[in-house]
Amino acid sequence: MLIKKPDSIKSSQITPESIYRNRRQFMKAGLGLAAVSSLGLPSIAQALEYDIPTDLPQYPGPEWMRAQLTAAVRNEALSTTEEPAPYYNAITHNNFYEFGTDKRDPVRKAQNFKTDPWTVEIAGEVAKPGNYNLEDILKPHTLEDRVYRLRCVEAWSMVIPWLGFPLADLIKRFEPTSKAKFVRFETLVDKDQMPEQDSIFSTIDWPYVEGLRMDEAMNPLTLMAVGVYGNALPPQNGAPLRLVVPWKYGFKSIKSIVKIEFVEEMPASSWNIIAPGEYGFFANVNPEVGHPRWSQATERRLPSSLLSPNIVDTLPFNGYAEEVAQMYKGMDLKKWY
Amino acid sequence: MVLNLPFSPAIQARLRWWLLFLLPLWPLANLVGLGVSNDLGTDPAKFVVDEMGTWAINFLWITLAITPARQVLGWGWALKFRRMMGLYALFYGVLHLLAFCTFLIGWRSDLFFRELTERPYIIVGALALLILIPMGITSTKSMMRRLGKRWKTLHRWIYPASLLVMLHFIWQIRASFYEQLIYGLLLAVLLGYRLYLRYQR
Ligand code: HEM
Repeated sequence: MLIKKPDSIKSSQITPESIYRNRRQFMKAGLGLAAVSSLGLPSIAQALEYDIPTDLPQYPGPEWMRAQLTAAVRNEALSTTEEPAPYYNAITHNNFYEFGTDKRDPVRKAQNFKTDPWTVEIAGEVAKPGNYNLEDILKPHTLEDRVYRLRCVEAWSMVIPWLGFPLADLIKRFEPTSKAKFVRFETLVDKDQMPEQDSIFSTIDWPYVEGLRMDEAMNPLTLMAVGVYGNALPPQNGAPLRLVVPWKYGFKSIKSIVKIEFVEEMPASSWNIIAPGEYGFFANVNPEVGHPRWSQATERRLPSSLLSPNIVDTLPFNGYAEEVAQMYKGMDLKKWY
Repeated sequence: MVLNLPFSPAIQARLRWWLLFLLPLWPLANLVGLGVSNDLGTDPAKFVVDEMGTWAINFLWITLAITPARQVLGWGWALKFRRMMGLYALFYGVLHLLAFCTFLIGWRSDLFFRELTERPYIIVGALALLILIPMGITSTKSMMRRLGKRWKTLHRWIYPASLLVMLHFIWQIRASFYEQLIYGLLLAVLLGYRLYLRYQR
């Protein structure tokens, strides 16, 4: 039984400002528990309890996913020790252009987005192509809790605790052929559920598409996420299955994936199609290479306040250079931005 | 006429003046209120910059609408408020720049110079503001008298300024061009009206 169906949540319930002000209180509670688990105490099922305020919407996920979500264990080695953004901010401030262009459109408009059942097509240069239920895709994987920095190309960032499994593990299961040089991802197209896909003013040619080079896809940092804050992904954050590539700008981390295709040539990616001079295929976080319209040297770590705008220096590869820089040895990163 | 109140014309005019003087301060008051109660959202820096920019462009367009409103709709009283609306455009433009310097780049001079030299959309925004400043300074009655005919020539610079602001806005298009289309159509009507009059003569 679902505790609370996302469908039953009115959007008016999403942003009561009194809750916003309560957020610090719950963060303390949540971090306390996280600290206990980092002391090396045995990770029991409830180790990742994030104390989410009860008056904010909860996203427990479909029943079949519950056991896997609760069995997740924090991957300390790959997690940052920075403080995660409060739950409220993470679920109310993001880009998901299928639901609108304002940062608050996703939370307002995605609450009835149906993400279960969900089918993912595996296609292209792969030994086991086909249409798979998300349940079957997820079944063999142990979920990990990983706290990553997320750097948006618009020069803001947040620290998010994701739940997911390495994309590499998924790729191995479907056995790509030797011709598979790139992985291409596609987001759902559903004009009835995703209002912006029906807009004549959109610059995006739906579906939203993204891609990774094979070595990037196989990197241990690359995560297929199904949850945040110990729960399932909220629909506005890309439920039920999304990519998280923490050393690249956020737009690479494609949401609500319905197709994973193995291809030989570098695939087109949505923002690269719209403005090739501004968004490259690689889109590695790089303070040295500014976006033509704004600097990438710094970022606003959110949530921030006017009294402390929280402007921090942006790090090469978003601070993950040690894990990923070797993949780009010999590449001119000014050219391959 | 929108502002016909059951008072003597003198009181009516005074009420109208106060109303139109205070109303444009509402966006700022609203923002201050949200700031005080900590309700500016997750990214308050960007929110404030965008709000101030939006009201700067709004008042610039309103300023441009006053002459057509007077001539086409017969709103003779509106002329009195043209300079006031122009000053509000400048006012919000300056706040927009201050918010940008304070909240987006934290008064870092290296970033400031880089933004102002490398980014075309910032350059045109800054040029627009540079045009609006002398217009604001010379907006007093005594300046009008002092400059005589040259005042009118100087204040025609609102046309290039509005085009630069439009360009500043268009250059920000990301996933949708809806707002730019609306503001662009409005500007086309406002400037087209002038061209039409010129062509008639
Ligand atoms: C030195 C001068 C200026 C600077 C540095 C500046 C900077 C900026 C920045 C950083 C943004 C946000 C861009 C983004 O979304 O990435 C912006 C947006 C904007 N600016 Fe300016 N600007 C300047 C002058 C002006 C002027 C003079 C006007 C109008 C009279 C104006 C109107 C706007 C508008 C309408 C927006 C869009 C707001 C929105 O998206 O809601 N700006 N400006």
